[in-house]
Parts: sequence; C-alpha cells; structure tokens
Amino acid sequence: MNRLGFPRRSEPFVRAGFVLGSVLLGVPLLLRALGFDAGPAMIALFRGSIGSSYAFTSGTLVRATPVILTGLSVAIAFRAGVFNIGSEGQLLAGAAAATTVTLLPVVGVSHASPWIALVTGAIAGAVWAGLAAILRSRFRVLEVISTILLNFVALYLVGYLVRGPLQEPLHIYPQSPTIVAAARLPRILPSSRLHAGFLIALAAASVAWWVTRYTAAGFRLRAVGANADAARIAGEIDVERTTTRAFVVSGALAGLAGAIELTGVTFALYENISPGYGYTGIAVALLARLDPLGVVASGLLFGALEAGASAMQRDAGVPSVVVSIVEAIVILGLIVAWPLEMGTSTRKRSSAPTAEPVGAESVNP
Amino acid sequence: MTEGSLSSAFAEATIRTATPLVLAATGELLVERAGLINIGLEGVILGGAFGALVGGSHGGSALVGFALAAAAGILIMLVFAAATLGMGADQIITGTAITLLALGATGTLYRTLYGAGGPALSIATSSPVAIPLVSRIPVVGAALFAQPPATYFAYIVVPLAWWWLSRTHAGLALRAIGESPSAALAAGVPVRRYRVVATIISGALGGIAGGVLVLAQAGTFVEGMSAGRGFIAIAIVVLGRWKPIGVGLAALLFAATTSLQYLAQAMGFDVPYQLVLALPYVLTLAALAGIGGRATPPATLARID
Repeated sequence: MNRLGFPRRSEPFVRAGFVLGSVLLGVPLLLRALGFDAGPAMIALFRGSIGSSYAFTSGTLVRATPVILTGLSVAIAFRAGVFNIGSEGQLLAGAAAATTVTLLPVVGVSHASPWIALVTGAIAGAVWAGLAAILRSRFRVLEVISTILLNFVALYLVGYLVRGPLQEPLHIYPQSPTIVAAARLPRILPSSRLHAGFLIALAAASVAWWVTRYTAAGFRLRAVGANADAARIAGEIDVERTTTRAFVVSGALAGLAGAIELTGVTFALYENISPGYGYTGIAVALLARLDPLGVVASGLLFGALEAGASAMQRDAGVPSVVVSIVEAIVILGLIVAWPLEMGTSTRKRSSAPTAEPVGAESVNP
Repeated sequence: MTEGSLSSAFAEATIRTATPLVLAATGELLVERAGLINIGLEGVILGGAFGALVGGSHGGSALVGFALAAAAGILIMLVFAAATLGMGADQIITGTAITLLALGATGTLYRTLYGAGGPALSIATSSPVAIPLVSRIPVVGAALFAQPPATYFAYIVVPLAWWWLSRTHAGLALRAIGESPSAALAAGVPVRRYRVVATIISGALGGIAGGVLVLAQAGTFVEGMSAGRGFIAIAIVVLGRWKPIGVGLAALLFAATTSLQYLAQAMGFDVPYQLVLALPYVLTLAALAGIGGRATPPATLARID
C-alpha cells in the first residue's frame, strides 16, 4: 500500500495521471502565474514535440535516446541500492573515449565505424563508474560523494582534451574535429535526424527488463536492493559483488549514451555535449519506479518535454528552463507520494530508533 | 607586472574565490554533522544569488540584497527539510530536485522580471573595505584585509562554527545526532529540531554565498551562475574532514588552484589548466580512500529516520 492509499494495481495509472496532470495543468498555470501567455506557449510545446512526424522523430525521439540510457543507468544502480549520481560523468567519459578512439590514426578513416566508438564508450563509462565502485567496496566511500567528484574530473578531462590533444586542427574552438561520415550512426528514417542509437536504447531497455525480471543475476540485484542484510544472510548472496556489478553496468549504459550522442547527434566532442542528461536520467528512472520498460515511457515523456521546451522558447518566448521546474515538481511529488522501497537495510539501519532489534548490525560483520 | 604584485594578485584572487565556497561549505558541514546530506546546495546558492539580485536592485542597498539572499536560501532549505525530515523523502533525490527547481525558477523569474534581453542591471554592490594598518602588510595584507565585508563575515563564520561545534553543548548534541540519532534521541536531544535548525543555518549561509557572487563579485545575475560551486562545497567538506578549520583550509586550496590559472596566464605559461582544476577533486578522492589519513564522514550520513 502506498502513502495515498490507492490499491497497488492501479498505481502506475495514478502515477501516469499525476505526471500528465502536472504537465497539462501545471505548465499552463505556472506560465500564467509567471506572466506569460499560456495558450501560444502550450501550442508551441505540442508542436515542437508531437506536432509533426519530423518534430516527433527528430525532436522527441532524438532527445529521448540519451535520457532513456541514463535513466536505465540510474535505475539499475538504484535497484541495487547504489546511489550512482555520476551518470553525467560516466556519459562524458564515454563520449571522450569514443572520440579518442575514432580520431586515432589507426582507426582513422580506413577502419572508421560507429560500433568501435560505442563499445569503447561503454567500456570507458564502466571504468569511470568502476572507480567509484572500488572506492565503495574497498574503502566504504559514499558513492554519492565520489560520483559528484568524478563528474567534475570527467568535465575537466573533456575540457583539457578539446583544448589539447583532441582540438580541431585550426586550434580556434574548444572542440574536437568532426568525425568522418563512416564513423557516424546510420539514420533510420528518411528526412529525419533519428539515428540507430534510438533502437540501441530500446534494445538496452528490453535486455535490462528481461535480465532483472527473469535471470538469477536480476533476482540478486533486486534482493540486494530491497534488503542487503536479508540477501546476505537468508539468500547467501555476495552483496559486494552484486552492487559492484550493478554499478559497473550502470556506468557502461551512461558511457554508451555519451558515445551514441557523439556518433548520432553532435559528431564532435565539446564541453557542453550533455545538457545534464545524467541528471535528467534520475528523474526518468524515478518516474519509471526503476522499471526498465517504464524508463522507455518516461524517457519519451522527458524527451518530448525537452524538445517541446526548445520550440516554446523559440516560438513563444518562454524560457525553456521552465521545464526544469516541471521536472523538479514531478520528482518531489513522486518521491513524497511513493517512497521507493529500496535499500531499507543499508540506508535506514542505524538511524531508525525502534525498527530493528538491538545488535542486528553485528550479525554479519 | 612585478613578481610582488603578481603574487599579491594571486593571493587576492584566492581569497575572493574562497569566500562563497567557505560560507556554503560551512553550512553544508553543519547539515552533514547532523547526519543529513544536501546535494541541492547548488540550488541554494543559485536561489541566494537571485535573492541578492532582487534585493540589491529593488532594495537599493547591498545589505537588503544579502538579507534577501539569505531568505531565499532558507526558503529552499525549508523545502528540503519539509520533504526529507517532514515526509521521509530520500535526501539525495530531494537534493537533486531542489537544484533543478532553483535552476528553473531563477531562470524563468529572471526573464519574467528583467526581460529576456537581460539589460545591464544596476545593483548596489558592496565594495571592498580596507582595514587600517593590517591591510598594509606586504603581499598578503591587501589580499586578506582589503576585501568586501562578506569576506570578513567568512573569517568570522569559520572560527564561530569551530567554537560552536566543539565547545558548546548544542554543538556536541549536533555531532551526536550525526553519529547516532537514536542514541541522541534516547539521551533527550530533540533530534528533529536540531536538524531543522541546521538546515536553516545552512540555507542562510548558502544563500549568502550566492549573494556574494552577485553583490561582491559579478555585480549582476547570470542564469546558472553558481556554476557548480554547490558541488565544490560538498567536496570541500569532505577534504576538510567534516571540521570547520579543515573546511576553511580546503576551500583555500580549491580557490588557489582556480586562481593559479590566472597567474599562469599572466606569466605566459601555456599549461593545460583544466588538469590543474581537476587536481583538488582527485585529491579529495584520495583523501576519501584514506591516502594521508582517512577522512571519515559522520556515521549515519545520508541515512533516513
């Protein structure tokens, strides 16, 4: 039973209603309160996101691709009780590594292929998350803090690369040269910017759904996330190994998002390659209740919102950051109304005064 | 430029950069010692910067600006407290949300109130006040003692926080809450009240930090002008090992690496300064991993009642 007292089965519908309601009613009210003309703004929002097949494929779906992947990244980590808020840094690491390998003389023009870039990007994201995973398992460092730090290191690393070793040949702009056409992801629809990365994101979500639902690894992931102590004692699950694996897979998905953004959309590396996709991923994952297929749905919604917001700014003069307010309200509303049932043992343990018998922590040191 | 004036310019830039970081980090320190983690500090600073803009441009004095900056910071932290302490929402997710909220709200309100073009606003800024005698000390004198009043406020906040945390009953109680809320509760400490007070103080300090950016440095407001300082302040708390004096020193280190790039540019060195900027973060990670003595957070940090 949740906090609002709805029967469990209708929960997804109530949630979807809440989100759609806050977009359809909340945005116009917010705009009105801020003194904007809500009508034209809402029309622009819809036209820019679902108004035409071009807007839908080149706007919404292209925008949804990275946030579906970062949403999956966050969902898998959170499922295992790992608070990976470093998807942003892992995405940047993936984009940087994908650029580097694509521009290497060995790969260069002759062997250029987007697939090399994607694999490299995923590995780089996994390594970047792996650093935080090692700090967590070996040194008990809170991953919240280490991933914030690693986000900055990744950002500065990209800043260095695009001013140093990877800078475009004229050395004017802080960005890499454009990657050759052979290294780009193929477009999958005529007269649209939609690229194959969208299909990869869908495939990743399907695999993640199947693994978490039907495999032993997925069961361990959910068991550890729900109650690490119970998983360790009753299920004889190696908690450490499970969380580390989830962390690394989470990083790989974010790194993949970065490589896809490079090979499908920007074709060059620069510092602002991600307008906060890693952070949007947190909202996407929460809205989906950490369910991989739900992530696709909420990723599409956020993709539509962001694509629509750009049109709203262009056509109706409403600042697109207004979407951040909506995202924040959605997150706050969801987390207050439906607290996640995760990490009950690792995160709430010693501060819950009467919830557990004394000495519960010392059972398994 | 002579070597002397260059190093005093470097010292001056370091102190200037450190001021908002010290204020925000000290606020975060208090919250974390109470066992909470607010990763929405970025949003608090941004809210404070916007409050300072409104207060400074309409109130006509920097003092009004700082008052509104603190008020805006407190308001945002009350949202945090209501969600986490009041309704048991996760701190990390709430922190992420309030940063988004502040980013969206300040950006939208700015365009609503001041127009999309962003005309050059006249804000009552607070100019440096030189303290007689000590500001004449060679090299560091002007850097330390010819600063805007907010910097002197930061000089006071650090020892005050140290004294309060380590020498008063209330400070002891706050630290006890961070180590074990249940034990503190059993000992008769009003845990929730302490945590609310800590979030309010942190909101005020974070808001004032944002105010410094507008009123004592930039003289204007830019969307997203907090530019990651909230996250840097969280790193500073870690590197400062959750102690006020340590936080002050860590803030100076982070500020010095930022100022180093100006120094390098002035001296014509072509160093990849992005790598220099990344150094303090790597150092903080190393400190967390226990290199050079372990940095241990409060035992129940980021856990929920």
